[in-house]
Amino acid sequence: MTDVTFSLSRPYEAQPSDYFELLKPRVMRLSIFTALVGMLAAPVGVHPVIAFASILCIACGAGACGALNMWWDADIDRKMGRTMGRPIPSCRVSEGEALGIGLVLAVLSVAMLGLFANWVAAGLLAFTIFFYVVIYSMFLKRLTPQNIVIGGAAGALPPVVGWAVATGSIAVAPLLMFALIFMWTPPHFWALALFRNDDYARAGVPMLPVTHGTTATRHYILTYTFLLVPVALAPAFTSAGGPVYLATSVVLNALLLAGAVRLNRRTDALAAADKYRAERQFFAFSILWMFLHFVALLTEAGLRFAGLATQNWPVWF
Amino acid sequence: MINPEHELHIRRKARNIWLGAILGAFVILVFAVTIVKMINGNQMEAFDHEVRPSLTVEE
Repeated sequence: MTDVTFSLSRPYEAQPSDYFELLKPRVMRLSIFTALVGMLAAPVGVHPVIAFASILCIACGAGACGALNMWWDADIDRKMGRTMGRPIPSCRVSEGEALGIGLVLAVLSVAMLGLFANWVAAGLLAFTIFFYVVIYSMFLKRLTPQNIVIGGAAGALPPVVGWAVATGSIAVAPLLMFALIFMWTPPHFWALALFRNDDYARAGVPMLPVTHGTTATRHYILTYTFLLVPVALAPAFTSAGGPVYLATSVVLNALLLAGAVRLNRRTDALAAADKYRAERQFFAFSILWMFLHFVALLTEAGLRFAGLATQNWPVWF
Repeated sequence: MINPEHELHIRRKARNIWLGAILGAFVILVFAVTIVKMINGNQMEAFDHEVRPSLTVEE
């Protein structure tokens, strides 16, 4: 008798789609879009080939963040319903492969962006990857309920990188785009955490509803939404803004504020009764809110390009 | 029976094709960017251990 066992089934071979999923394509999409808007909103034009190559580098940098985050968080991803289907917890890709792909993509994306565009943009991309992987994933995420408040900086940097690709420098307009995403991140993720509270509690991630309770989280969502409004309106009065952006922002912020006030009035019992309908709606609307703000900036860039920009529009920043 | 193609290669065929395509696209991208930079008149030369007039700064 031996205790050797034979497996007749072949080991699963990771497919290209598994590796692609490792790069968090949905997050990558948002980074590509905001970086593209940052690039097109800049006063300096970029050759289409250079723009395409640079956006590809930024996408690879975002992908590197995703792969390295999945490598580091594999243990908690296995415990959460939302993440247990990811390539590593579902045993489609090994942790070593994720680490290798993440590191190679990180180094390549930064080096190539430096060569394709300029080293200011490359330095900003390197900082973004470092901040997301080391500062957010490795330290903040498991340490403090303010994890996404500070960690949001990484997700907010792509438009600044895009602007730097075009101009080789940083200005107030891209910094306000950064502030827009930075201030939007906490209410967006806290709304998610409200209806995914059990997941985070099981994994031991100190999200705000886990450490401070859901009532405090609802207050925080309202407070941060109030703080977000002036930050969201400010880009209207930069060289990248204009009346289209201002009108869009006023409407979107009124709706977001109304949603935050509604969330603040709700109790857990009410939320559980309708399966967190309002919280899910707020979360979904916050994605649309972000998308439409950047669409408005893109529209302003298009109008300027077509020579249809409003004359004498006040540029305060 | 000797199989001319190992079973491992069959299993990895899809990802090998993808990897080849990505590498090919990368080469084309670098080539395209190089052409654009040359058309735009960027300085493409660097120091190569010998003094060349094209690299000297005009006074």
